[in-house]
Amino acid sequence: MSLSSRHLLGLSGVPKEDIQLILDTARTFREVLERPIKKVPTLQGKTVVNLFYENSTRTRISFELAQKRLSADTINFATSTSSAKKGETFKDTVRNIEAMKVDMIVVRHQSAGVPQYLTKISKANIINAGDGLHEHPTQGLLDMYSINERLGRLEGLKVCIVGDVAHSRVALSNIYGLKTMGAQVSVCGPSTMIPFGIEALGIKVYHKIEEALKENDVLNVIRIQLERDAGRRIPSLREYHNYFGVTTERIEKFNKDIVILHPGPINRGVELSSEVADGPYQVILDQVTNGVAVRMAVLYLLGTMHS
Amino acid sequence: MKIILKQVNLLHPEQKLNEQTDLLIEDGVIKKIGGITEPEFKEAKVYEMNGKFCSPGFFDMHVHLREPGREDEETVETGCNAAAVGGFTGVACMPNTNPDIDSAEVVRFIKEKAARHLVDVFPVAAATLARKGEAISPMLELYEAGAVGFSDDGVAIKSAGILRNVLEYSKMMDAPVIEHCEDESLAGGAMNESFTSTLLGLPGIPNVAEDLIVIRDIMMAEFTGGRVHIAHISSKNAVDLVRQAKKKGIKVTAEVAPHHFALTDDLLKTFDTNYKMNPPLRTREDVDAMIEGLKDGTIDCIASDHAPHSIEEKEMEFIYAPNGILGLETQIGLAISELVKKKHLTLDQLVEKFAINPRKILNLPVPKIKVGELANFTIFDPEQIWTVDITKFKSKAKNSPYDKRLLTGKAVAVINKKKMFIDEKMMEI
Ligand SMILES: [Zn+2]
Ligand SMILES: [Zn+2]
Repeated sequence: MSLSSRHLLGLSGVPKEDIQLILDTARTFREVLERPIKKVPTLQGKTVVNLFYENSTRTRISFELAQKRLSADTINFATSTSSAKKGETFKDTVRNIEAMKVDMIVVRHQSAGVPQYLTKISKANIINAGDGLHEHPTQGLLDMYSINERLGRLEGLKVCIVGDVAHSRVALSNIYGLKTMGAQVSVCGPSTMIPFGIEALGIKVYHKIEEALKENDVLNVIRIQLERDAGRRIPSLREYHNYFGVTTERIEKFNKDIVILHPGPINRGVELSSEVADGPYQVILDQVTNGVAVRMAVLYLLGTMHS
Repeated sequence: MKIILKQVNLLHPEQKLNEQTDLLIEDGVIKKIGGITEPEFKEAKVYEMNGKFCSPGFFDMHVHLREPGREDEETVETGCNAAAVGGFTGVACMPNTNPDIDSAEVVRFIKEKAARHLVDVFPVAAATLARKGEAISPMLELYEAGAVGFSDDGVAIKSAGILRNVLEYSKMMDAPVIEHCEDESLAGGAMNESFTSTLLGLPGIPNVAEDLIVIRDIMMAEFTGGRVHIAHISSKNAVDLVRQAKKKGIKVTAEVAPHHFALTDDLLKTFDTNYKMNPPLRTREDVDAMIEGLKDGTIDCIASDHAPHSIEEKEMEFIYAPNGILGLETQIGLAISELVKKKHLTLDQLVEKFAINPRKILNLPVPKIKVGELANFTIFDPEQIWTVDITKFKSKAKNSPYDKRLLTGKAVAVINKKKMFIDEKMMEI
C-alpha cells in the first residue's frame, strides 16, 4: 500500500484510501511511542529539512521528534523574517538546501501556495506544515486521528470548528479531511471570523456556541490569534469568551457527550475556560502525542515511496 | 521614400471609412488613397496587404515604463519597442517611477528618451507630490512640459479633500484625473476576495474596495466639474456606477485591462504569481460586466496596465510577489480573440476602444486617414492565429500569464513619425 501522491500539500483532493492509510499507519507508530525504546530505523539515511519561515515551535518540535523517532537526519532552517526582506530569495534558499541532497522538505510559510511552489523548484518530497491561511494537513490528520481514537469512528460524526475560522489554516484541512471521511462539518464564530462563501462547501454556520454544542459530537476549538489581528474582528477577548467561549456550564447544560479538540496553544479564559482545558471532555494532550505518530506516518509513507 | 500598402482595408469609424484600396505614403505623409498609377507602383516599395486592416494608430493610455528608477525591468526604449510590436503608436506612461513623475524635469526626461522612437510617449504626471496624497503637484508646469493627465496610480488619491483640489486645478487644463480605485482600508490582499480566496487561504481584496473609490470620484467629479478617468476598472458594481454617472452627464470615463475581460480568479489555484495583479482578477460575473460595459460604451477604452517586473521579483512567495503583468504585446490578440471573435465588439468598436477614445480622453488629436496627413497607423490582421512566446517579447520583463496561449488577431505593422515597424524591423520611410 502506498499513497497516491509523493507530496502532502493539503487535504483537498486527497482520497479516502490515502487518509485511511495514514491513520492506520499512525496507529502502528502510536504503539511504538509507548515502548521504552521509541526509535525505529525506517528512515535511516534519509535527510529531512524543516524549512520554517514562521515561528511555530510546537509544530516544528513535533515534526523533528517524528523524524528522529524514524532515524532520519534532520536539519532545521528557521527564520521569521521574509526572504523578501532578507536579500536571498526563497528560491535561492531552496536551491542551496537542495544542493545538500535532502530527501524531504517540511515547510511552514506565511504565504499560501509556497508548498505547491516548492514542488516546482525542488525534487524532494514536500510536506506542508502550514501555508498562509490555506492548509495544515498534518494538523487535520492528527485531529481526525484523535477524534477516531476517542469515538471509534469518523463516518457520520458531526464536527464543528469554533473560532477565527477565516484566519485559520487548520479549518480548511479539517473540512476537507473530515468530509472525505464521511463526517459532517460546521463552523461557529462571530460573523467577522467566518470565511467568505464557506457555505458553498456544504458547511453549516453557527453564531451561537450553545447551538453548536447541542448539535455536534465534536468541537474543534481553534485559537483566537491576537498576533493575526484578531483584535480588529472582535471587540474584546472578554466579549468573545462571554459569547463563544466553551465553559463547563455550557457543556453540562447543552451536551455532556461532547469531545473538545484544540490545536494549542490555548488562550485560557478566552476560547476555553481553564476548567474545560484541563477537564474530562478534552483530548488536547492526546492530540499532541498523536501529532508525532501522524507525522511519523506521513514521513514514513512519503519517505519510503518509490518515485 | 515611397511605400505603397496594396489592397489594404482602411478602417476609421470617425471618418466612416471602411474600404479596401491602395495607399501611397511618401516621406511618412499620406500622398494618395487609391488611384495609384503604374509608374508610382514601380517607383515605390510595395507591401501586399491582402485585405489586412489599417486604422489610426492604436494608443495604450496606461503603461508602466519603469524609467527612471527601474531600468532593469523596462526602459522607455524597450517599452516603446514592445508597444510597436504589440501594434501601438502611442502610449501614456504612469508616474510611479523613481523619482515619481512629479516634476517637469522628469516629464522632459521621458519625452526626450522617446523623442526619436516611432512610438509617441505621453507621461501621466503624479496628481500629488510623490503620490503621497498630501500636496498637489505642479500641475500647470507638468502639463506645459508635456504631461497629459494626472494620477497617483498604485494608489487612489488619498482623500476627498485633496482630490477636490486636484480636480478643480485640472479643469484649467481640461486634463483627466486618472484614478486607481482602491480604498486603502480594504486594500492589502493578494487576490480577489471570493470563494476562491477562501479555498486558497490568500487574503482578499473585495470588489467594494474599488466601488467605494469609484463612487467617491464620480461624486467629486460632479461636484467640481472636473474629469475623472477610472483606470483598470474590474468590478461589476463599478461598471454600473460609471454607467449611471454617464447617464447623468457627469464627466467620467473608464478603461479596462485585457486581463479583466479575459481571465478569472480561479486561475489563482495554480499560485502562479503571473496571475497576481491589482486590481486582482475577479469572477466570471465581473468579467461579463466588463464585456457588457465595453459593448454599451460605459467602458471607453482598453488599456494594458503593462507592468514589467523582473523574474527574481515575480518568482516569489505569492503574498510577497509584486502586482502586475505585461500587456503591450498581447492585448490586441486578447481583444480580438475575446471580444471580436466572440461577437461582443465589431472591428469599428475595437478601433474606437484602442485608437480613438483614449486620445479623446487625453485631448490628443486622432490621426486621420486623409491625403496630406502624417501617417499614424496600426495595420492588423484579425484572422492571424499565433502562439504567445514570452522569450520573443521585446519587453525587458517576461511576467506574462499568456505564454503558449493561442490567440487570434495580431498587429502586422505600425507607422508613425516617418518610421515603419514591419517584419520585426524598424525602418525610416
Ligand atoms: Zn493601478
Ligand atoms: Zn497601473
